Amino acid sequence: MAIKKLTRPKLTLSEKLIFPTILKGMAVTMTHAIKSVLGKTKAAESLKGSGTGATMQYPETKWDDQLPEYYRGVPALVTDEIGRERCVSCQLCEFICPPKAISILPGEIPSDDEWAKVEKRPQEFDIDMTRCIYCGMCEEVCPEQAIFLRQDYAVTGTSRENMVHNKERLYEIGGVREGLVNKWNEVK
Amino acid sequence: MDIDLVFILSTAVKIILFTFVISLLMVAYATYAERRVSAIIQDRVGPNRTGIPLTLFGGKKDWHFFGLIQPIADGVKNLLKEDFTPAHVRKFFFWIAPALTLIPAFLCLAVIPFGSSVTLPTGDEIKLVIADIDIGPLFVFAIASLSVYGITIAGWASNNKYSFLGGVRSTAQMISYEIAMGLSIIPVLMVYGHLNLNNIVQYQAENGWLLLPLWKDGVFGFYLQNLLLWIPMFISFVIFLTAVFAETNRMPFDLPECETELVGGYHTEYSSMKFAMFFMGEYCAMIVGSALVVTLFFGGWAVGIPAVDSAISEMAWGGIIHLLVFLVKVVAFIVTFIWVRWTVPRFKFDQLMKLGWVIFFELAVVNIVIAALILFYVK
Repeated sequence: MAIKKLTRPKLTLSEKLIFPTILKGMAVTMTHAIKSVLGKTKAAESLKGSGTGATMQYPETKWDDQLPEYYRGVPALVTDEIGRERCVSCQLCEFICPPKAISILPGEIPSDDEWAKVEKRPQEFDIDMTRCIYCGMCEEVCPEQAIFLRQDYAVTGTSRENMVHNKERLYEIGGVREGLVNKWNEVK
Repeated sequence: MDIDLVFILSTAVKIILFTFVISLLMVAYATYAERRVSAIIQDRVGPNRTGIPLTLFGGKKDWHFFGLIQPIADGVKNLLKEDFTPAHVRKFFFWIAPALTLIPAFLCLAVIPFGSSVTLPTGDEIKLVIADIDIGPLFVFAIASLSVYGITIAGWASNNKYSFLGGVRSTAQMISYEIAMGLSIIPVLMVYGHLNLNNIVQYQAENGWLLLPLWKDGVFGFYLQNLLLWIPMFISFVIFLTAVFAETNRMPFDLPECETELVGGYHTEYSSMKFAMFFMGEYCAMIVGSALVVTLFFGGWAVGIPAVDSAISEMAWGGIIHLLVFLVKVVAFIVTFIWVRWTVPRFKFDQLMKLGWVIFFELAVVNIVIAALILFYVK
Protein backbone atom coordinates (compact mmCIF):
# COMPACT_ATOMS: atom_id res chain seq x y z
CA MET A 1 0.00 0.00 0.00
CA ALA A 2 1.38 3.28 -1.07
CA ILE A 3 1.74 5.74 1.73
CA LYS A 4 0.74 9.26 0.88
CA LYS A 5 2.33 11.80 3.10
CA LEU A 6 0.31 14.95 3.62
CA THR A 7 1.89 18.19 4.71
CA ARG A 8 -0.01 20.86 6.51
CA PRO A 9 -0.67 23.85 4.27
CA LYS A 10 1.59 26.78 5.00
CA LEU A 11 -0.43 29.68 6.30
CA THR A 12 0.24 33.17 5.10
CA LEU A 13 0.60 36.00 7.58
CA SER A 14 -2.97 37.22 7.07
CA GLU A 15 -4.26 33.71 7.71
CA LYS A 16 -2.22 33.43 10.90
CA LEU A 17 -3.66 36.70 12.16
CA ILE A 18 -7.20 35.24 11.78
CA PHE A 19 -8.92 38.63 11.62
CA PRO A 20 -8.24 39.44 7.94
CA THR A 21 -9.60 36.04 6.95
CA ILE A 22 -12.67 36.54 9.13
CA LEU A 23 -13.29 39.83 7.33
CA LYS A 24 -12.87 38.04 4.01
CA GLY A 25 -15.41 35.46 5.06
CA MET A 26 -17.82 38.18 6.16
CA ALA A 27 -17.46 39.80 2.74
CA VAL A 28 -18.38 36.47 1.13
CA THR A 29 -21.51 36.04 3.24
CA MET A 30 -22.50 39.67 2.72
CA THR A 31 -22.26 39.46 -1.09
CA HIS A 32 -24.30 36.29 -0.87
CA ALA A 33 -26.90 38.02 1.29
CA ILE A 34 -27.08 41.05 -1.00
CA LYS A 35 -27.60 38.81 -4.02
CA SER A 36 -30.33 37.00 -2.12
CA VAL A 37 -32.09 40.23 -1.13
CA LEU A 38 -31.96 41.47 -4.72
CA GLY A 39 -33.58 38.22 -5.81
CA LYS A 40 -30.59 36.95 -7.71
CA THR A 41 -29.78 33.82 -5.75
CA LYS A 42 -27.83 31.28 -7.76
CA ALA A 43 -29.94 28.42 -9.10
CA ALA A 44 -33.13 30.11 -7.91
CA GLU A 45 -34.57 29.97 -11.42
CA SER A 46 -33.86 26.32 -12.12
CA LEU A 47 -35.19 25.36 -8.68
CA LYS A 48 -38.25 27.59 -9.11
CA GLY A 49 -37.09 29.56 -6.08
CA SER A 50 -38.58 32.90 -5.24
CA GLY A 51 -35.22 34.59 -5.85
CA THR A 52 -34.95 35.45 -2.16
CA GLY A 53 -33.16 32.23 -1.55
CA ALA A 54 -33.51 29.11 -3.64
CA THR A 55 -36.56 28.01 -1.68
CA MET A 56 -39.73 27.42 -3.67
CA GLN A 57 -42.69 29.24 -2.11
CA TYR A 58 -44.82 26.13 -2.08
CA PRO A 59 -48.52 26.85 -2.22
CA GLU A 60 -47.98 29.77 -4.61
CA THR A 61 -45.43 28.08 -6.82
CA LYS A 62 -45.63 24.40 -7.60
CA TRP A 63 -43.43 21.77 -9.09
CA ASP A 64 -46.31 20.19 -11.05
CA ASP A 65 -45.13 20.76 -14.61
CA GLN A 66 -41.71 19.40 -13.70
CA LEU A 67 -43.06 16.07 -12.45
CA PRO A 68 -41.67 13.17 -14.51
CA GLU A 69 -43.98 10.89 -16.51
CA TYR A 70 -43.40 8.03 -14.08
CA TYR A 71 -44.26 10.09 -10.97
CA ARG A 72 -46.30 8.03 -8.52
CA GLY A 73 -49.03 10.16 -6.99
CA VAL A 74 -52.44 9.11 -5.75
CA PRO A 75 -53.93 5.89 -7.18
CA ALA A 76 -57.18 6.37 -9.10
CA LEU A 77 -59.64 4.37 -11.19
CA VAL A 78 -60.21 5.17 -14.84
CA THR A 79 -62.99 4.71 -17.33
CA ASP A 80 -62.37 3.91 -20.97
CA GLU A 81 -63.26 6.00 -23.98
CA ILE A 82 -66.90 4.81 -24.02
CA GLY A 83 -67.42 5.56 -20.35
CA ARG A 84 -67.22 1.96 -19.14
CA GLU A 85 -65.68 1.30 -15.77
CA ARG A 86 -62.48 -0.55 -16.52
CA CYS A 87 -62.36 -2.29 -13.16
CA VAL A 88 -63.85 -5.79 -13.14
CA SER A 89 -63.33 -6.19 -9.36
CA CYS A 90 -60.95 -9.10 -9.65
CA GLN A 91 -59.50 -7.91 -6.34
CA LEU A 92 -55.91 -8.55 -7.39
CA CYS A 93 -54.94 -5.04 -6.26
CA GLU A 94 -56.64 -5.60 -2.93
CA PHE A 95 -54.57 -8.74 -2.38
CA ILE A 96 -51.26 -7.29 -3.58
CA CYS A 97 -51.59 -3.99 -1.70
CA PRO A 98 -48.78 -4.13 0.91
CA PRO A 99 -50.38 -1.83 3.50
CA LYS A 100 -53.89 -3.19 2.80
CA ALA A 101 -55.17 0.21 1.81
CA ILE A 102 -57.58 -1.03 -0.85
CA SER A 103 -60.92 -2.64 -0.03
CA ILE A 104 -63.29 -3.74 -2.77
CA LEU A 105 -66.86 -4.95 -2.58
CA PRO A 106 -67.47 -6.77 -5.90
CA GLY A 107 -70.85 -6.43 -7.51
CA GLU A 108 -72.55 -8.25 -10.35
CA ILE A 109 -73.50 -6.43 -13.51
CA PRO A 110 -77.23 -7.11 -14.19
CA SER A 111 -78.00 -9.11 -17.35
CA ASP A 112 -79.93 -6.27 -18.97
CA ASP A 113 -76.87 -4.00 -18.81
CA GLU A 114 -74.98 -3.12 -21.95
CA TRP A 115 -71.84 -4.61 -20.43
CA ALA A 116 -73.43 -7.74 -19.00
CA LYS A 117 -70.71 -9.88 -20.54
CA VAL A 118 -68.10 -8.27 -18.27
CA GLU A 119 -70.05 -9.85 -15.39
CA LYS A 120 -68.50 -7.91 -12.51
CA ARG A 121 -67.83 -4.37 -11.52
CA PRO A 122 -66.96 -2.96 -8.11
CA GLN A 123 -69.91 -2.02 -5.96
CA GLU A 124 -67.65 -0.22 -3.57
CA PHE A 125 -63.98 0.61 -4.08
CA ASP A 126 -62.22 2.38 -1.21
CA ILE A 127 -58.59 3.38 -0.98
CA ASP A 128 -57.52 4.53 2.45
CA MET A 129 -55.06 7.31 1.71
CA THR A 130 -53.74 7.28 5.27
CA ARG A 131 -52.46 3.76 4.55
CA CYS A 132 -51.45 4.04 0.91
CA ILE A 133 -47.68 4.05 0.41
CA TYR A 134 -47.76 4.99 -3.28
CA CYS A 135 -45.82 1.87 -4.24
CA GLY A 136 -47.67 1.42 -7.51
CA MET A 137 -48.18 -2.34 -7.10
CA CYS A 138 -51.91 -2.02 -7.79
CA GLU A 139 -51.15 -0.40 -11.12
CA GLU A 140 -48.62 -3.10 -11.93
CA VAL A 141 -50.87 -6.00 -11.03
CA CYS A 142 -54.09 -4.78 -12.68
CA PRO A 143 -54.95 -7.03 -15.65
CA GLU A 144 -57.51 -4.53 -16.93
CA GLN A 145 -55.35 -1.37 -16.76
CA ALA A 146 -58.04 0.12 -14.57
CA ILE A 147 -56.03 1.63 -11.75
CA PHE A 148 -53.31 4.19 -12.28
CA LEU A 149 -51.10 6.30 -10.08
CA ARG A 150 -51.81 9.89 -11.04
CA GLN A 151 -49.66 12.98 -10.65
CA ASP A 152 -51.71 14.45 -7.80
CA TYR A 153 -49.86 14.39 -4.50
CA ALA A 154 -51.61 16.83 -2.19
CA VAL A 155 -54.17 14.69 -0.36
CA THR A 156 -55.63 16.49 2.60
CA GLY A 157 -58.53 15.88 4.92
CA THR A 158 -59.75 16.90 8.32
CA SER A 159 -60.68 13.40 9.54
CA ARG A 160 -59.77 9.79 8.90
CA GLU A 161 -63.04 9.25 7.02
CA ASN A 162 -62.15 12.18 4.83
CA MET A 163 -58.94 10.51 3.80
CA VAL A 164 -60.68 7.43 2.38
CA HIS A 165 -61.23 7.84 -1.34
CA ASN A 166 -64.45 6.15 -2.39
CA LYS A 167 -65.43 5.02 -5.87
CA GLU A 168 -66.82 8.35 -7.10
CA ARG A 169 -63.79 10.21 -5.86
CA LEU A 170 -61.44 7.71 -7.50
CA TYR A 171 -63.18 8.00 -10.87
CA GLU A 172 -63.20 11.78 -10.52
CA ILE A 173 -59.43 11.83 -10.01
CA GLY A 174 -58.78 9.16 -12.63
CA GLY A 175 -60.83 10.47 -15.51
CA VAL A 176 -60.73 8.77 -18.88
CA ARG A 177 -57.94 6.68 -20.38
CA GLU A 178 -58.12 5.56 -23.95
CA GLY A 179 -56.77 2.46 -25.66
CA LEU A 180 -54.71 -0.26 -24.03
CA VAL A 181 -57.46 -2.78 -23.30
CA ASN A 182 -59.86 -3.57 -26.12
CA LYS A 183 -61.10 -7.03 -25.24
CA TRP A 184 -64.57 -5.86 -24.14
CA ASN A 185 -65.19 -3.58 -27.11
CA GLU A 186 -67.95 -4.35 -29.58
CA VAL A 187 -65.40 -4.42 -32.40
CA LYS A 188 -63.93 -7.69 -31.20
CA MET B 1 -29.34 64.61 43.52
CA ASP B 2 -32.49 65.36 45.46
CA ILE B 3 -35.28 62.85 45.42
CA ASP B 4 -38.55 64.48 44.41
CA LEU B 5 -41.73 63.46 42.65
CA VAL B 6 -40.46 64.32 39.17
CA PHE B 7 -37.37 62.20 39.74
CA ILE B 8 -39.35 59.19 40.94
CA LEU B 9 -41.95 59.43 38.20
CA SER B 10 -39.42 60.00 35.43
CA THR B 11 -37.31 57.08 36.63
CA ALA B 12 -40.34 54.81 36.66
CA VAL B 13 -41.25 55.89 33.13
CA LYS B 14 -37.66 55.40 31.98
CA ILE B 15 -37.47 51.92 33.50
CA ILE B 16 -40.67 50.86 31.80
CA LEU B 17 -39.76 52.51 28.50
CA PHE B 18 -36.15 51.36 28.23
CA THR B 19 -36.37 47.84 29.60
CA PHE B 20 -39.87 46.68 28.85
CA VAL B 21 -40.76 48.59 25.72
CA ILE B 22 -37.50 49.14 23.85
CA SER B 23 -35.29 46.29 25.02
CA LEU B 24 -37.89 43.53 25.20
CA LEU B 25 -39.13 44.49 21.76
CA MET B 26 -35.57 44.45 20.50
CA VAL B 27 -34.99 41.03 22.07
CA ALA B 28 -38.10 39.69 20.34
CA TYR B 29 -37.19 41.14 16.98
CA ALA B 30 -33.53 40.17 17.35
CA THR B 31 -34.68 36.55 17.20
CA TYR B 32 -36.69 37.36 14.09
CA ALA B 33 -33.71 39.19 12.56
CA GLU B 34 -31.48 36.27 13.44
CA ARG B 35 -33.71 33.90 11.53
CA ARG B 36 -34.27 36.15 8.55
CA VAL B 37 -30.63 37.20 8.16
CA SER B 38 -29.36 33.66 8.57
CA ALA B 39 -31.89 32.54 5.98
CA ILE B 40 -30.84 35.22 3.53
CA ILE B 41 -27.17 34.33 3.98
CA GLN B 42 -27.92 30.65 3.43
CA ASP B 43 -30.20 31.05 0.37
CA ARG B 44 -33.33 30.35 2.34
CA VAL B 45 -36.37 32.49 3.03
CA GLY B 46 -36.89 32.37 6.78
CA PRO B 47 -40.15 32.98 8.63
CA ASN B 48 -42.22 35.05 6.20
CA ARG B 49 -45.71 33.64 6.74
CA THR B 50 -46.79 34.34 10.29
CA GLY B 51 -49.20 37.20 10.05
CA ILE B 52 -52.84 37.92 10.72
CA PRO B 53 -54.93 34.99 9.45
CA LEU B 54 -57.76 37.07 8.03
CA THR B 55 -59.09 34.09 6.06
CA LEU B 56 -60.07 32.49 9.38
CA PHE B 57 -62.42 35.42 9.98
CA GLY B 58 -63.87 35.46 6.49
CA GLY B 59 -61.29 37.75 4.90
CA LYS B 60 -60.06 37.35 1.34
CA LYS B 61 -56.34 37.25 2.02
CA ASP B 62 -54.03 36.67 4.98
CA TRP B 63 -51.79 39.53 5.98
CA HIS B 64 -48.23 38.31 6.23
CA PHE B 65 -46.23 41.50 6.99
CA PHE B 66 -43.08 39.57 6.00
CA GLY B 67 -43.64 37.33 9.02
CA LEU B 68 -43.24 40.17 11.49
CA ILE B 69 -45.78 38.60 13.86
CA GLN B 70 -43.46 35.59 14.30
CA PRO B 71 -41.88 36.72 17.63
CA ILE B 72 -45.37 37.14 19.14
CA ALA B 73 -46.35 33.69 17.96
CA ASP B 74 -43.13 32.30 19.43
CA GLY B 75 -43.83 34.02 22.74
CA VAL B 76 -47.36 32.66 22.90
CA LYS B 77 -46.09 29.20 22.02
CA ASN B 78 -43.44 29.29 24.72
CA LEU B 79 -45.95 30.44 27.33
CA LEU B 80 -48.48 27.78 26.46
CA LYS B 81 -46.12 24.82 26.13
CA GLU B 82 -45.84 22.27 28.90
CA ASP B 83 -43.27 23.40 31.43
CA PHE B 84 -41.58 20.09 32.00
CA THR B 85 -39.29 19.52 34.97
CA PRO B 86 -37.43 16.21 34.66
CA ALA B 87 -37.44 13.97 37.75
CA HIS B 88 -33.67 13.78 38.08
CA VAL B 89 -32.90 17.51 38.32
CA ARG B 90 -32.14 19.58 41.40
CA LYS B 91 -35.45 21.37 41.47
CA PHE B 92 -34.66 24.59 43.32
CA PHE B 93 -31.60 25.49 41.26
CA PHE B 94 -33.25 24.24 38.10
CA TRP B 95 -36.03 26.75 38.67
CA ILE B 96 -33.95 29.79 39.56
CA ALA B 97 -31.25 29.35 36.90
CA PRO B 98 -33.20 30.93 33.99
CA ALA B 99 -33.98 33.99 36.10
CA LEU B 100 -30.33 34.25 37.08
CA THR B 101 -29.31 34.57 33.42
CA LEU B 102 -32.10 36.92 32.43
CA ILE B 103 -32.07 39.39 35.31
CA PRO B 104 -28.38 40.46 35.16
CA ALA B 105 -28.71 41.04 31.42
CA PHE B 106 -31.64 43.38 32.00
CA LEU B 107 -30.02 45.03 35.02
CA CYS B 108 -27.13 46.18 32.85
CA LEU B 109 -29.55 48.34 30.89
CA ALA B 110 -29.79 50.61 33.93
CA VAL B 111 -26.57 52.48 33.18
CA ILE B 112 -26.75 52.61 29.38
CA PRO B 113 -27.38 56.19 28.18
CA PHE B 114 -30.13 55.81 25.60
CA GLY B 115 -30.22 59.48 24.65
CA SER B 116 -29.03 62.91 25.77
CA SER B 117 -31.74 64.64 27.75
CA VAL B 118 -35.30 65.81 27.48
CA THR B 119 -36.56 69.09 28.92
CA LEU B 120 -40.08 68.87 30.29
CA PRO B 121 -42.50 71.82 30.00
CA THR B 122 -42.01 72.27 33.76
CA GLY B 123 -38.36 73.05 33.16
CA ASP B 124 -36.97 69.83 34.59
CA GLU B 125 -34.20 68.31 32.54
CA ILE B 126 -34.35 64.54 32.43
CA LYS B 127 -31.37 62.51 31.30
CA LEU B 128 -32.34 59.53 29.18
CA VAL B 129 -30.47 57.04 31.34
CA ILE B 130 -32.12 55.11 34.14
CA ALA B 131 -29.29 55.41 36.66
CA ASP B 132 -26.78 58.17 36.01
CA ILE B 133 -24.00 56.71 38.14
CA ASP B 134 -20.28 57.34 37.96
CA ILE B 135 -19.16 53.71 37.63
CA GLY B 136 -20.88 52.84 34.34
CA PRO B 137 -18.58 50.24 32.72
CA LEU B 138 -17.64 48.74 36.07
CA PHE B 139 -21.31 48.27 36.93
CA VAL B 140 -21.90 46.54 33.61
CA PHE B 141 -18.91 44.23 34.08
CA ALA B 142 -19.91 43.40 37.65
CA ILE B 143 -23.51 42.61 36.80
CA ALA B 144 -22.97 41.01 33.39
CA SER B 145 -20.53 38.47 34.78
CA LEU B 146 -23.21 37.39 37.26
CA SER B 147 -25.19 35.86 34.41
CA VAL B 148 -22.59 33.09 34.20
CA TYR B 149 -23.99 31.84 37.51
CA GLY B 150 -27.31 31.19 35.85
CA ILE B 151 -25.67 29.18 33.10
CA THR B 152 -23.41 27.23 35.44
CA ILE B 153 -26.22 26.49 37.87
CA ALA B 154 -28.45 25.44 35.01
CA GLY B 155 -25.77 23.05 33.77
CA TRP B 156 -25.19 21.61 37.20
CA ALA B 157 -28.84 21.42 38.27
CA SER B 158 -29.81 19.61 35.08
CA ASN B 159 -27.84 16.63 36.42
CA ASN B 160 -26.78 15.65 32.95
CA LYS B 161 -23.24 15.39 31.65
CA TYR B 162 -23.80 17.44 28.52
CA SER B 163 -25.48 20.26 30.38
CA PHE B 164 -22.75 20.15 32.99
CA LEU B 165 -20.02 20.39 30.37
CA GLY B 166 -21.83 23.36 28.86
CA GLY B 167 -22.00 25.10 32.22
CA VAL B 168 -18.33 24.44 32.98
CA ARG B 169 -17.25 25.67 29.58
CA SER B 170 -19.27 28.81 30.06
CA THR B 171 -17.55 29.54 33.35
CA ALA B 172 -14.08 28.97 31.95
CA GLN B 173 -14.84 31.10 28.92
CA MET B 174 -16.36 33.90 30.97
CA ILE B 175 -13.36 34.10 33.33
CA SER B 176 -10.86 34.04 30.47
CA TYR B 177 -12.48 36.77 28.48
CA GLU B 178 -13.51 38.93 31.41
CA ILE B 179 -9.83 39.75 31.92
CA ALA B 180 -9.19 40.74 28.32
CA MET B 181 -12.44 42.70 28.32
CA GLY B 182 -11.62 44.63 31.47
CA LEU B 183 -8.06 45.39 30.38
CA SER B 184 -9.09 46.36 26.86
CA ILE B 185 -11.18 49.33 27.97
CA ILE B 186 -8.54 50.79 30.29
CA PRO B 187 -6.93 52.76 27.40
CA VAL B 188 -10.39 53.98 26.46
CA LEU B 189 -11.10 55.15 29.98
CA MET B 190 -7.69 56.82 30.10
CA VAL B 191 -8.74 58.95 27.15
CA TYR B 192 -12.11 59.85 28.66
CA GLY B 193 -10.86 60.38 32.18
CA HIS B 194 -14.07 59.33 33.88
CA LEU B 195 -16.41 56.39 34.20
CA ASN B 196 -19.82 58.00 33.81
CA LEU B 197 -21.21 56.62 30.56
CA ASN B 198 -23.31 59.70 29.96
CA ASN B 199 -20.25 61.95 30.27
CA ILE B 200 -18.32 59.59 28.02
CA VAL B 201 -20.94 60.01 25.32
CA GLN B 202 -21.02 63.78 25.94
CA TYR B 203 -17.24 63.83 25.36
CA GLN B 204 -17.73 61.99 22.08
CA ALA B 205 -20.50 64.34 21.06
CA GLU B 206 -18.06 67.22 21.43
CA ASN B 207 -14.94 65.55 19.98
CA GLY B 208 -16.28 63.01 17.49
CA TRP B 209 -16.62 59.28 18.08
CA LEU B 210 -13.70 57.52 19.64
CA LEU B 211 -13.15 55.59 16.43
CA LEU B 212 -13.89 58.61 14.23
CA PRO B 213 -11.89 61.37 15.93
CA LEU B 214 -11.90 63.92 13.15
CA TRP B 215 -12.81 66.92 15.30
CA LYS B 216 -10.89 69.05 17.76
CA ASP B 217 -12.79 71.75 19.62
CA GLY B 218 -15.52 71.47 17.03
CA VAL B 219 -13.21 72.00 14.02
CA PHE B 220 -12.97 69.30 11.37
CA GLY B 221 -9.51 68.03 10.40
CA PHE B 222 -7.02 65.19 10.54
CA TYR B 223 -5.08 65.83 13.74
CA LEU B 224 -1.89 63.87 14.43
CA GLN B 225 -2.76 63.49 18.10
CA ASN B 226 -6.13 61.93 17.31
CA LEU B 227 -4.73 59.67 14.60
CA LEU B 228 -1.97 58.40 16.89
CA LEU B 229 -4.51 57.61 19.60
CA TRP B 230 -6.74 55.92 17.06
CA ILE B 231 -4.35 52.91 16.83
CA PRO B 232 -4.58 51.75 20.46
CA MET B 233 -8.27 52.61 20.47
CA PHE B 234 -8.84 50.34 17.47
CA ILE B 235 -6.92 47.51 19.14
CA SER B 236 -9.07 48.05 22.23
CA PHE B 237 -12.17 47.92 20.07
CA VAL B 238 -11.17 44.61 18.45
CA ILE B 239 -10.38 43.00 21.81
CA PHE B 240 -13.51 44.39 23.44
CA LEU B 241 -15.77 43.31 20.60
CA THR B 242 -14.31 39.80 20.59
CA ALA B 243 -14.68 39.61 24.35
CA VAL B 244 -18.31 40.70 24.06
CA PHE B 245 -18.87 37.89 21.58
CA ALA B 246 -17.32 35.47 24.06
CA GLU B 247 -19.24 36.85 27.04
CA THR B 248 -22.58 36.61 25.29
CA ASN B 249 -21.82 33.08 24.06
CA ARG B 250 -22.29 34.11 20.46
CA MET B 251 -21.18 32.07 17.53
CA PRO B 252 -17.44 31.78 17.25
CA PHE B 253 -17.49 31.25 21.00
CA ASP B 254 -20.77 29.45 21.60
CA LEU B 255 -19.12 26.43 23.19
CA PRO B 256 -21.49 26.32 26.20
CA GLU B 257 -24.33 25.29 23.94
CA CYS B 258 -22.71 23.92 20.81
CA GLU B 259 -25.32 21.63 19.38
CA THR B 260 -22.96 19.25 17.63
CA GLU B 261 -21.10 18.29 20.78
CA LEU B 262 -23.36 18.96 23.74
CA VAL B 263 -26.91 18.42 22.43
CA GLY B 264 -28.13 21.81 23.67
CA GLY B 265 -25.51 22.59 26.27
CA TYR B 266 -26.72 24.05 29.54
CA HIS B 267 -30.34 24.35 28.39
CA THR B 268 -30.74 20.76 27.17
CA GLU B 269 -33.23 19.90 29.92
CA TYR B 270 -35.22 23.11 29.74
CA SER B 271 -38.50 23.58 27.96
CA SER B 272 -41.17 26.20 27.34
CA MET B 273 -40.77 29.57 29.06
CA LYS B 274 -37.72 28.53 31.09
CA PHE B 275 -35.90 27.84 27.85
CA ALA B 276 -37.22 31.07 26.41
CA MET B 277 -35.77 32.94 29.38
CA PHE B 278 -32.28 31.63 28.58
CA PHE B 279 -32.88 32.66 25.02
CA MET B 280 -34.03 36.12 26.03
CA GLY B 281 -31.09 36.42 28.40
CA GLU B 282 -28.69 35.63 25.58
CA TYR B 283 -30.24 38.16 23.26
CA CYS B 284 -30.53 40.78 25.96
CA ALA B 285 -26.85 40.30 26.78
CA MET B 286 -26.21 40.80 23.09
CA ILE B 287 -28.14 44.07 23.15
CA VAL B 288 -26.31 45.26 26.27
CA GLY B 289 -23.00 44.28 24.66
CA SER B 290 -23.85 46.17 21.47
CA ALA B 291 -25.01 49.16 23.50
CA LEU B 292 -21.76 49.18 25.44
CA VAL B 293 -19.63 48.92 22.30
CA VAL B 294 -21.63 51.73 20.73
CA THR B 295 -21.39 53.85 23.88
CA LEU B 296 -17.66 53.41 24.34
CA PHE B 297 -16.40 53.41 20.76
CA PHE B 298 -19.09 54.72 18.42
CA GLY B 299 -20.36 57.75 20.21
CA GLY B 300 -23.45 56.35 21.91
CA TRP B 301 -26.31 58.67 21.05
CA ALA B 302 -24.02 61.22 19.37
CA VAL B 303 -24.47 61.73 15.65
CA GLY B 304 -20.75 62.24 15.26
CA ILE B 305 -20.70 65.84 14.07
CA PRO B 306 -20.26 68.19 17.07
CA ALA B 307 -22.24 71.08 15.56
CA VAL B 308 -25.23 68.85 14.79
CA ASP B 309 -25.14 67.25 18.22
CA SER B 310 -25.12 70.51 20.10
CA ALA B 311 -28.01 71.75 17.94
CA ILE B 312 -30.03 68.63 18.73
CA SER B 313 -29.20 68.88 22.43
CA GLU B 314 -30.56 72.42 22.54
CA MET B 315 -33.98 71.29 21.39
CA ALA B 316 -36.38 70.45 24.23
CA TRP B 317 -37.16 67.00 22.82
CA GLY B 318 -33.78 66.52 21.10
CA GLY B 319 -33.14 63.56 23.39
CA ILE B 320 -35.66 61.57 21.39
CA ILE B 321 -33.64 62.12 18.18
CA HIS B 322 -30.53 61.03 20.04
CA LEU B 323 -32.41 57.99 21.30
CA LEU B 324 -33.24 57.02 17.72
CA VAL B 325 -29.63 57.55 16.62
CA PHE B 326 -28.51 55.29 19.46
CA LEU B 327 -31.04 52.59 18.54
CA VAL B 328 -29.96 52.65 14.90
CA LYS B 329 -26.37 52.05 15.94
CA VAL B 330 -27.35 49.26 18.33
CA VAL B 331 -29.42 47.57 15.64
CA ALA B 332 -26.49 47.81 13.23
CA PHE B 333 -24.34 46.06 15.81
CA ILE B 334 -26.91 43.36 16.44
CA VAL B 335 -27.00 42.67 12.71
CA THR B 336 -23.20 42.45 12.81
CA PHE B 337 -23.46 39.92 15.63
CA ILE B 338 -25.82 37.84 13.52
CA TRP B 339 -23.70 38.29 10.41
CA VAL B 340 -20.58 37.04 12.24
CA ARG B 341 -22.51 34.11 13.64
CA TRP B 342 -23.40 32.86 10.18
CA THR B 343 -19.90 33.44 8.81
CA VAL B 344 -17.40 32.12 11.31
CA PRO B 345 -17.26 28.49 12.43
CA ARG B 346 -16.90 27.58 16.09
CA PHE B 347 -13.49 27.55 17.77
CA LYS B 348 -12.15 24.44 19.44
CA PHE B 349 -12.01 24.80 23.20
CA ASP B 350 -8.19 24.86 23.35
CA GLN B 351 -8.10 27.48 20.61
CA LEU B 352 -10.61 29.54 22.56
CA MET B 353 -8.51 29.39 25.72
CA LYS B 354 -5.31 30.12 23.79
CA LEU B 355 -6.89 33.11 22.10
CA GLY B 356 -8.12 34.47 25.40
CA TRP B 357 -5.08 33.91 27.58
CA VAL B 358 -2.13 34.01 25.19
CA ILE B 359 -3.19 36.57 22.62
CA PHE B 360 -5.85 38.94 23.91
CA PHE B 361 -4.61 39.17 27.50
CA GLU B 362 -1.08 40.12 26.41
CA LEU B 363 -2.30 42.34 23.62
CA ALA B 364 -4.55 44.23 26.03
CA VAL B 365 -1.70 44.79 28.48
CA VAL B 366 0.65 45.98 25.72
CA ASN B 367 -2.12 48.18 24.42
CA ILE B 368 -2.44 49.92 27.78
CA VAL B 369 1.28 50.77 27.68
CA ILE B 370 1.07 52.06 24.08
CA ALA B 371 -1.96 54.18 24.87
CA ALA B 372 -0.32 55.51 28.04
CA LEU B 373 2.83 56.49 26.15
CA ILE B 374 0.90 58.24 23.41
CA LEU B 375 -1.28 60.04 25.94
CA PHE B 376 1.82 61.06 27.89
CA TYR B 377 3.32 62.73 24.83
CA VAL B 378 0.24 64.29 23.27
CA LYS B 379 -1.67 65.59 26.28
